[in-house]
Amino acid sequence: MTSKLNLDQNVIASARNHAKNIAESMQEFINAHTTVSTERTVLRLLGVDGVDDVERPLPNVLVDAIKDGGGLPKGIAYWMGNAIIKTGKTPQEIAEAVSLGQLDIMQLEPVSMEEARKAIEPYVEEALAKIRKQTAKREEYLATIGEGKKPYLYVIVATGNIYEDVNQAEAAARQGADIIAVIRTTAQSLLDYVPYGATTEGFGGTYATQENFRIMRERLDRVGEDIGRYIRLCNYSSGLCMPEIAAMGALERLDVMLNDALYGILFRDINMQRTIVDQFFSRVIIGYCGIIFNSGEDNYLTTDDAIEAAHTVLASQMINEQFAVLANIQEWQMGLGHAFEMDPMTEDGFLLELSQAQMAREIFPNASLKYMPPTKFMTGNIFRGHIQDALFNLVSVWTGQSLQLLGMLTEAIHTPFLQDRMLSIENAKYVFNNARHLGDEIEYKKDGIIQKRAQKVLHDANELLAQIEKDGLFPTIEAGKFAAVKRPFDGGKGLEGVATKDNDFYFNPFIEKMLGGAK
Amino acid sequence: MSNFTTATSTVDLTKIKPYGDTYNDGKVQMSFTLPVPDGEEAQEAARQYAKLMGMDEPSVTHHSDLGIGYTFFVVYGPVHHTVDYTKIRVTKVESHVFDRVECGEWIAKNIGRTITMVGASTGSDAHTVGIDAIMNMKGFHGHFGLERFKNVNAINMGSQVPNEELIAKAIEVNADAILVSQTVTQKDVHIKNLTNMVELCEAEGIRDHMLLLCGGPRISHELAQELGFDAGFGPETYAEHVCSYVMQEIVARGWVNKK
Repeated sequence: MTSKLNLDQNVIASARNHAKNIAESMQEFINAHTTVSTERTVLRLLGVDGVDDVERPLPNVLVDAIKDGGGLPKGIAYWMGNAIIKTGKTPQEIAEAVSLGQLDIMQLEPVSMEEARKAIEPYVEEALAKIRKQTAKREEYLATIGEGKKPYLYVIVATGNIYEDVNQAEAAARQGADIIAVIRTTAQSLLDYVPYGATTEGFGGTYATQENFRIMRERLDRVGEDIGRYIRLCNYSSGLCMPEIAAMGALERLDVMLNDALYGILFRDINMQRTIVDQFFSRVIIGYCGIIFNSGEDNYLTTDDAIEAAHTVLASQMINEQFAVLANIQEWQMGLGHAFEMDPMTEDGFLLELSQAQMAREIFPNASLKYMPPTKFMTGNIFRGHIQDALFNLVSVWTGQSLQLLGMLTEAIHTPFLQDRMLSIENAKYVFNNARHLGDEIEYKKDGIIQKRAQKVLHDANELLAQIEKDGLFPTIEAGKFAAVKRPFDGGKGLEGVATKDNDFYFNPFIEKMLGGAK
Repeated sequence: MSNFTTATSTVDLTKIKPYGDTYNDGKVQMSFTLPVPDGEEAQEAARQYAKLMGMDEPSVTHHSDLGIGYTFFVVYGPVHHTVDYTKIRVTKVESHVFDRVECGEWIAKNIGRTITMVGASTGSDAHTVGIDAIMNMKGFHGHFGLERFKNVNAINMGSQVPNEELIAKAIEVNADAILVSQTVTQKDVHIKNLTNMVELCEAEGIRDHMLLLCGGPRISHELAQELGFDAGFGPETYAEHVCSYVMQEIVARGWVNKK
């Protein structure tokens, strides 16, 4: 592809190389550690589900038990394999026995790592088969009923009640939406457990639970079959339960998941060690099951200035890309994020937005770029807001974005009404159709505003990445280089859930098999 | 009521109604959804509903199916209700608003010490946009935040901060004012959280030496006062509004030499 922006390919290669070195240097840290959420994910994949008499999820009960007994460094897979051999029970039966106080899995006579690994193998294969079946089902749908054109129309539902969500999702799908994202209730990212069962009470969103995933999936499949278009489902693999939710997403056939290597650290004050370890397993799962991840760079522009901080978005996209490569994620699964967030009163602001969107497309030609709508400068003036969204849609179809998170004219007022979503879908369909091949027709003036802008952002991102490679990623975050947010290495939430692995016993069968591309 | 233009000089202020293109035509637009399938009956239902809202001759200018047997309407029509403008009294934050530089100078001259404000988006609310707009260096829309004000120590604790933590911090730094931001208002979650904040502050006994302020897109001064806050800051208010209010209240309440 020739660069319409006249970008220097050497600078792109240099930036990417810095990002690669940054991600690889973090991998040593990741490989040496595990977390409570990583271990709970192993249990969920082994089929452990349900809650005890005080509503504690069994994966938490079990992992807390080994953590309290000092057994976390060996990893739950070892303890579970050991318990399978010594009790003859299934993982679910073992979890139930522990929750009832009938079994202490750390008091059993210990077997070797190899024996434990062998005992657990059938359950690992069963889990992988379940996931592969879901992936095959998606492929079958795409081959038979097909999908909408890109940019995919991506809308959110956020009623708090899953049974209300499915109705709103169905309406949106029938109006033309391609992706339905169920926004989570506002505090879920800080819960160190995943709630259980169908839920009807949430604020600003609905709890992400496996049952809620299943209920929504079922409805979207039914609607998709009816209208002849596969409807993708999106949720959040983020917060303190990042990998657990990725596992739930893999099992229930989610298609898109919000998942960012740095987001939780910066915007939810989750400890950086915890997040970096958690994101790895979550991405291995995502890569394995064909989910598109969405990174959260758009958020940098809501807290920082969209013009001044544009290069931090590109730098973070590069880092997210390289973390994804390490987790064996394909390019088409990389929903790298960016946003249309400049102050609408900026002279030539549209040119700058266009330039940056074109730049993202040229630098990540095969990625499923996720383009986020104006939010920060949306006001109660819904009429102007609807025009801002139209300009955003125009840039998107012009520059070939992949996932278009539709802006709502009532963004600044409330979570979308049924009619708001319809108006925004109508807006996008109109603009996309009316300007479908605009990008093929347009070239940019040499050294004009648009070319120069992209060149500058790329240049600045390359410098920032070089600096991060030199300083290290953790110190960079500590210094507040991303989103102007400073986070300490030992601060934030969830640090107590991080442990150093005991390499004589530790194994995570899923990471090994998934990275190996198990069939 | 001083700044009328000539265009309104003939208006009967005791009976005002909306203006479309002719004085007193009462023309209003609205849009809404009814949970019935699109069709003649749906349009009639929309007309009847508009009549109940005070429209004399509503006209359904647009209707469309929403995909699940519900219908969206755009309706125009004249409303007959009137409002007596001369009787209107609105509770506002009663303080002169100084700009950023003036605030810094005013504090130096009238208070003679740095004033401290601690803020956060509290409870389950994960949105930092409001508190950042007021407190962060950059501010919002060309209005710099409190961090850039001279003689102001602004501490932004971020989002999802428990009310208890915010209060503990305010006590620790002997703050002059606590700023609470609330963005999510679904099912009135902000009301519960703000009420809880007031109760906790009272229990801690800090209300006689710390100002308690709240802000957000759905917050008005009136609502804030009703809930027990000293002041509320809604849309289109910036750091200078907050700072002007706080510094003048410090003087008015005799807290200049607060220990």
